[in-house]
Amino acid sequence: MAVLIFAESDSGFYKKSTFEAISYGRKLADQLGTTCIAISIGNKGTENLGSFGAHQEVLYVNELYQTFNPQSYAKAISQTAQQLDCNVIIISQTYTGKSIAPLLAIKQNASIATGVIGMANTIDGFTVKTTAFSNKAIAHVKLNQEQKILTIIPNSYQINTYSETSEIINLEDTIAASDINSTVLSTHKETGKIPLTEAELVISGGRGLKGTENWNLVEELASALGAATACSKPVSDMEWRPHSEHVGQTGITIKPNLYIAAGISGAIQHLAGVSGSKVICVINTDPEAPFFKAADYGIVGDALEVLPRLTRRILEIKK
Amino acid sequence: MKILVCISVVPDTTTKITFKDNDTTFDKSSVQYILNPYDELSLTRALEIAEQNAGTVHTITVGESDCDPIIRKALAIGAHEAYRVDAQPKNAPFVAHQIASHVKSENYDLILTGRESIDYNGGMVQGLLAELLQWPLINVATEINYSDQEITACRDIDGGRENVKSSIPCVVSAQKDLCEPRIPNMRGIMMARSKPLNVIKAIDLPEFTEITKYELPPSKTGVKLISAENAEELIDILHNEEKLF
Repeated sequence: MAVLIFAESDSGFYKKSTFEAISYGRKLADQLGTTCIAISIGNKGTENLGSFGAHQEVLYVNELYQTFNPQSYAKAISQTAQQLDCNVIIISQTYTGKSIAPLLAIKQNASIATGVIGMANTIDGFTVKTTAFSNKAIAHVKLNQEQKILTIIPNSYQINTYSETSEIINLEDTIAASDINSTVLSTHKETGKIPLTEAELVISGGRGLKGTENWNLVEELASALGAATACSKPVSDMEWRPHSEHVGQTGITIKPNLYIAAGISGAIQHLAGVSGSKVICVINTDPEAPFFKAADYGIVGDALEVLPRLTRRILEIKK
Repeated sequence: MKILVCISVVPDTTTKITFKDNDTTFDKSSVQYILNPYDELSLTRALEIAEQNAGTVHTITVGESDCDPIIRKALAIGAHEAYRVDAQPKNAPFVAHQIASHVKSENYDLILTGRESIDYNGGMVQGLLAELLQWPLINVATEINYSDQEITACRDIDGGRENVKSSIPCVVSAQKDLCEPRIPNMRGIMMARSKPLNVIKAIDLPEFTEITKYELPPSKTGVKLISAENAEELIDILHNEEKLF
């Protein structure tokens, strides 16, 4: 019995959510009195994961893992879980993680919970809190099978550090070309930007920005603050901003520490994607905008005038 | 070309969520139900692909008879035949096993689902189904094309997009941007009345997971308003009090 964490990397760097998942896994392993094992697949980050709580690390390096195929990654994790007798598998809820987790659930005949937002309660059975109804509710999900799989929403568990070094374990890898059942033809990534799902600070713009020509105001504030940029659905639909920046019910769900919404009214579909943010600030000309009800701080005013003042103030403080 | 589209019946996006029986059950009374928006996209794309390839489109829903009006809507949009597994969709593995059991009795070339249903947001059924059937999975696709026994698709990845291909049969889940959802017209609505809606019996399964309780997320205590003339004060609060940067 042990806890296994998929330590996801992106082109040779661990994701921040990976460190969160390892810290989560370690806490859970301590709670269950067992070992915390991390598994890296392909081109991994350089940190020793012992610093985040892993007792052991398993590495799979094979050119077959160079591109992402849910089937082969799930197989690698499943064979590790079986060889090392792991009964709980922790995965970050990234696009990659969400594709792997259900395949693993079938391979392991496991109970699976996605959208997990808090530490498991293992006193009476095994229960986790998950988001439901697009962030409008929280469900307590009890996992009944002996094997369990959890996907953890990024930014919902804090990273803990340990003065420890993990032991590297080598396992035989039975992956073969026949395990790859889809082919990646090409990959397009936004470079030099903070990924929205990992960002701790997010500045988001809506129709109130009035056009793409004003987007520099959002970007300047984001850059002063070291934040990622996002947008509302109408903005993405009008192609002012790329679809990859659209947060909300049909876009990306985020949970940053700070969400500043400029010129967004706060329709329920938008709130569904951002209401998990810890501090929400809203700038809108309409004092009746529904977003103010879901906000911690509000400024009734024109985003085009307010944003540059906020940027200036940050630069003054940071000087 | 035979395509199966998985349809979820979900509360309308603007529904106020409430619970009953000591917060153990979702209160369905006075809730307006809709066809899951992502499933509307996969249905539309399935119909487009079927039209280009002389194909047929079936839908499958796990749910009780109160789902029938929404299933009829899917038929009105253009699906040829519908299946309903007569059971409450208890959890994602339950749903996936029911669908897989149906798929094994028919020869589908392609299964389309939504990226997730907007009620429980699990996003799992497509993956569970792919693995149960041992078919490839292309998750969260913004483009799906078919030619020569092959699916090519564009899928969302963290921080970008990726073009992938797979042989058929395979499972693909639909993301926003896939297509413009079709709206049923009067002719479609009339025709839907006589299209087959087959009710099938659910298979028995263990309780993989159960929801023991619901709660509402902590609500905000009230907004602190800062006047636009003193906008800078917001930054000072975020810096000094919230210590966010």
